[in-house]
Amino acid sequence: MANILEVKNVSKYFGDFAAVKDVNFVVEEGGFFSILGSSGCGKTTLLRMIAGFLHETEGDIIIRGNSMKGIPPEKRPVNIVFQTLALFPMMDVKENVAFGLQRQKLGKPEIQKRVNEMLGRVGLEGFEDKKVTELSGGQRQRVAIARSLVMKPEILLLDEPLGALDRKLREHMKVELKLLQKEIGTTFIYITHDQSEALVMSDKIAVMHQGKFEQIDTPRNLYKNPKTAFVAGFVGDSNRFELAQSDGKQLVTKAGWKINKIHEGNPDVLYIRPEALILNPSSSGDAIETFSVTIKTILFDGSNTKLSTVVDDSDEELLISLPQNAEFENLQEGDTIQVGIHQDDLKCY
Amino acid sequence: MSVENKKGFNVTFYLLIVPVLLWLVILIVLPHIDLFISSFQVENDAGEKVFSFDNYLAFFRQKIYWLTFVKTAAYAIGVTILAFVITFPIAFYLTKVTSKKNASFLVLLLLIPLWVGELVTVYGWMVLLGDHGIINHFLMTLGIIDKPLNLLYTNLSMVIGLLYMSMLFMVVPVMSTLESLDDSLIEAASDLGASKFTIFRRIIIPYAMPGIVSGAIIVFMLVIGDYLAPNILGGKSSLWFTEQIYNEFLQTFNWNEGAAFGFLLLMLSSGIIWLALKLSGQKLEKVGS
Repeated sequence: MANILEVKNVSKYFGDFAAVKDVNFVVEEGGFFSILGSSGCGKTTLLRMIAGFLHETEGDIIIRGNSMKGIPPEKRPVNIVFQTLALFPMMDVKENVAFGLQRQKLGKPEIQKRVNEMLGRVGLEGFEDKKVTELSGGQRQRVAIARSLVMKPEILLLDEPLGALDRKLREHMKVELKLLQKEIGTTFIYITHDQSEALVMSDKIAVMHQGKFEQIDTPRNLYKNPKTAFVAGFVGDSNRFELAQSDGKQLVTKAGWKINKIHEGNPDVLYIRPEALILNPSSSGDAIETFSVTIKTILFDGSNTKLSTVVDDSDEELLISLPQNAEFENLQEGDTIQVGIHQDDLKCY
Repeated sequence: MSVENKKGFNVTFYLLIVPVLLWLVILIVLPHIDLFISSFQVENDAGEKVFSFDNYLAFFRQKIYWLTFVKTAAYAIGVTILAFVITFPIAFYLTKVTSKKNASFLVLLLLIPLWVGELVTVYGWMVLLGDHGIINHFLMTLGIIDKPLNLLYTNLSMVIGLLYMSMLFMVVPVMSTLESLDDSLIEAASDLGASKFTIFRRIIIPYAMPGIVSGAIIVFMLVIGDYLAPNILGGKSSLWFTEQIYNEFLQTFNWNEGAAFGFLLLMLSSGIIWLALKLSGQKLEKVGS
């Protein structure tokens, strides 16, 4: 598929401070591309440059082969859904959605047709004459998205639009947004600090840290094969160990835990996901390393329950996911249990 | 417990409400009732007060009275509109363009004329606008004019004076509404293809409307009831309705006529404000808050 957006060597400086450093990426047409990073990593700055509210210090932003240099926001084929939604409080729902179309000097029947069609798409039929202040959080969300989508943008930019919603509604909107994007086929660029939002919705995710892209990958790869220590620590949960020494075959942590892993170079840190650990492994096959741990406490959290353990013969603490099934129901604090892990799931950097 | 609490609440409630009621009744309601009654009284030949519509009829019989009345209303509306046109960019600059620190310093500067009182600022304008005043002196020195311009004691000087003393009361409420305007509303409008003019007309002005209307009401009331600026800066040529009222009370000592004029002015200003609220689609409660 063709690339709809190309960001080439883009940097943005505020005085001496580099908010965005030499970022490169492409977005495929019809894709759902997320930029994931903690607050202050430069993701909003990058989005605002694509929208045209900020100008890149270096580099170029190309939409459908056309450079966006010097083109103001109102002339760019992109629309943005703001974090605060920025609905116009003095207008009702249909006036909000019609605002952009009116600027294009379209005829009244045409505007009305497109507004009604779009409100239908986002499930807001019958809300045309409601004041935006009378709507619930989720409905306001949909008005904001409808207002941008009705413009038929090449790319829809979303700046953490789910941030203000409560948890239940956010879970619901995640799925809804993904379905909506699939249905209409517009390219979405979504920025968020919430990894679960990014993982659930995106085709591709870029992890951003201190103004740079650490990795651009599919959600599965990002989770399975993080390329840098930052990504390993940022995406998903991980146990982190500082490494003391390594000889190419065995890793030794600072607290003296030794575990076999074929590796290259001299890594500093080891990451192990709690859910990658296997309790009572049936076979200690070729690549499965086994060791025993003692349970310190059981951190019950429904499907997210974890065991807090100490690796025997060392002081290293290790969190292990505990499946909620009958097999492990009788585990007690102080028990010793065998644990296995595949060598590929030992990530060292 | 609950009984005591309720009692305690009641005492506090009455303590708070009594001064308000006293203020309203003694200083506002009673004098107006007295004025209202006396506006319907005339003295007969025996010196007794009798009921009559003469005071109000006199207003319509004398052309000069209602001409002044209409002129006062028209000029007050004009000054209010001018005050909006001049101060809206200032309020916008102070809230949305400059930094918070700069803004608070500039607001302090704006308030300086209020510190010296209206009389002093009015005399200040006389110094500026007089035949041998600063502006004429400056223009003549530059050779732009060879005879002093007649600036003082005109409608122009009166409007300048009225504007100067009332303008600030437009800035403050407009600033307070603009402060709550989320910048992303402006960005969103621009993102949807709106020009600067459209953003101004469709987003900023409607958003600031409650502040604009409440500022306009204050400015209009101050201007229509002002006496100093029309009297001193306007001179003989500019008639202002408050001057008519003043004349009835203190020059011809016809208090009944003066009371009638006072009521006419009250009805005029209330009527215009009611109309303005209707036209702008604002509610008094919203504007007042």
